Amino acid sequence: MKLVIAIIQPHRLEEVKKELYAAEVNLITVTEVLGHGRQIGVDEFYRGVRETGNLLRKVRLEIAVNENFVEPTIKAIIKGARTGKIGDGKIFVLDLPRCIRIRTSEEGAPAIG
Amino acid sequence: MQSMNQINSGDTAWVLVSAVLVLLMTPALGFFYGGMVRRKNVLGVLMQCMACLSLVSVLWGIYGYSLAFSKGNWLFGGFDAVMLKGVGAAPNGDYAATIPQAAFMIFQCMFAVITPAVIVGAYAERVKFSAFLLFTVLWLTFVYCPIAHMAWGVGGLFRSWGILDFAGGTVVEINCGIAGLVTALYLGRRIGISHPSLHNIPFVVLGASLLWFGWNGFNAGSALACNAVAVNAFVTTNMAAGAAVVSWAALEWILTGKPTIFGSVTGAIAGLVAITPAAGFVDFTGALIIGCVVSVLSFFAVGILKQKFKYDDSLDAFGVHAVGGFWGMFATGILATKAVNAAGSNGLLLGNGVQLLIQIKCALITIAYCAGVTWIICNVVNRIIPMRVTAGEEIIGLDLSQHHERAYTILD
Repeated sequence: MKLVIAIIQPHRLEEVKKELYAAEVNLITVTEVLGHGRQIGVDEFYRGVRETGNLLRKVRLEIAVNENFVEPTIKAIIKGARTGKIGDGKIFVLDLPRCIRIRTSEEGAPAIG
Repeated sequence: MQSMNQINSGDTAWVLVSAVLVLLMTPALGFFYGGMVRRKNVLGVLMQCMACLSLVSVLWGIYGYSLAFSKGNWLFGGFDAVMLKGVGAAPNGDYAATIPQAAFMIFQCMFAVITPAVIVGAYAERVKFSAFLLFTVLWLTFVYCPIAHMAWGVGGLFRSWGILDFAGGTVVEINCGIAGLVTALYLGRRIGISHPSLHNIPFVVLGASLLWFGWNGFNAGSALACNAVAVNAFVTTNMAAGAAVVSWAALEWILTGKPTIFGSVTGAIAGLVAITPAAGFVDFTGALIIGCVVSVLSFFAVGILKQKFKYDDSLDAFGVHAVGGFWGMFATGILATKAVNAAGSNGLLLGNGVQLLIQIKCALITIAYCAGVTWIICNVVNRIIPMRVTAGEEIIGLDLSQHHERAYTILD
């Protein structure tokens, strides 16, 4: 089992969701986050005072998958999120030692799907 | 010109109060629209409404009032009142014989302010701010002022035909709604909009409620006196809005299973739009009919027509204002009665079918003139300043890309 974490541009979320559903990856958690990589933020001004706002709005996806779904998930995220410009985001794949479904106490592969 | 002795303090007080009620409608529109856009664009919308309030006020004093209301030809007023020359304490008997002309001018100023602000709803979330300013100046000059002159100005085409347009069914509502459709088509669809994307419905309700509040001044103030016609306009305005809310909510309940607050306030605005030309010419029964029917028409326009033809009128300037305005003009021609306003006219139901023809003719000319000139203005503006922001700016949002500000924080 793997935990796929992806940081993407907010406006690509709808496309990424579409690609994930097409790859039959239906269970995702989405949060709104702030961050920046190499992308440069936009300066803000409040009554003439400059504030260098280098933190940009991003969307973070968390998807727990069984091994055979890892590559399709990664491909779907790239397909949906890629614009080719700086700021498209990153995908992290982590080992997932345990997964438990609260409703049934199922564990492991059946609990993920 | 009449003597100053005929100024009536009650009439003057009512028109000033009405002017301040209408003033509030433009910031209210900012909140109404602001809640409907994604949160990265809310300040952009508020700023555009504030720009209309401030910039159009100034231009109205410099030349707008003169172009619309001083003596001229059938299309335009003249330049006699440029810089408000001669617009002071003395009444102008052609418009309002019992109040200072300056009171009439400032009341009309608020109408000129809110009309281009309504168009903001059509091109929201993708217009470049500098291009918006240029568009607004040109549109005020070449669309708003001529239509206002034709409907209400001395020697104006519609006025000479005997139009019944109490508070701006043609001048304000059809005008801004058609201009909205044209600009929405000209700019094209927004990036990444595949579903409704309101960010703050309580703002929408706040804005709509303040619009309703102000609209009673918009319509009842258009009597330009504190008299029975003003009272009738207040009653019909409020009741039509109520009827439109009831019918919109009922329609949702039947067709989609639940009534919504967003639908209800949209119904309120549609009802207020439709009663605008009729307020001082129809009675309570007429107001109920106008309010109940407009919701059905606007519901169809925003829920079915817009989806089918795929134009991105972001916040439904066309579906509510043009559709509601046209219905209001049409219904006035059917339901008008001299029993509430001797200076008005009877409609079709009282045997005066000619009035209905006049109403339709004026509405159609407004549509044609507004669509054509707005299209030309879009082309001219786009040559000077591209009207649409770049894709990158649109994705970041107008708040940051056009104004260097952010409405909300996630962290402290």
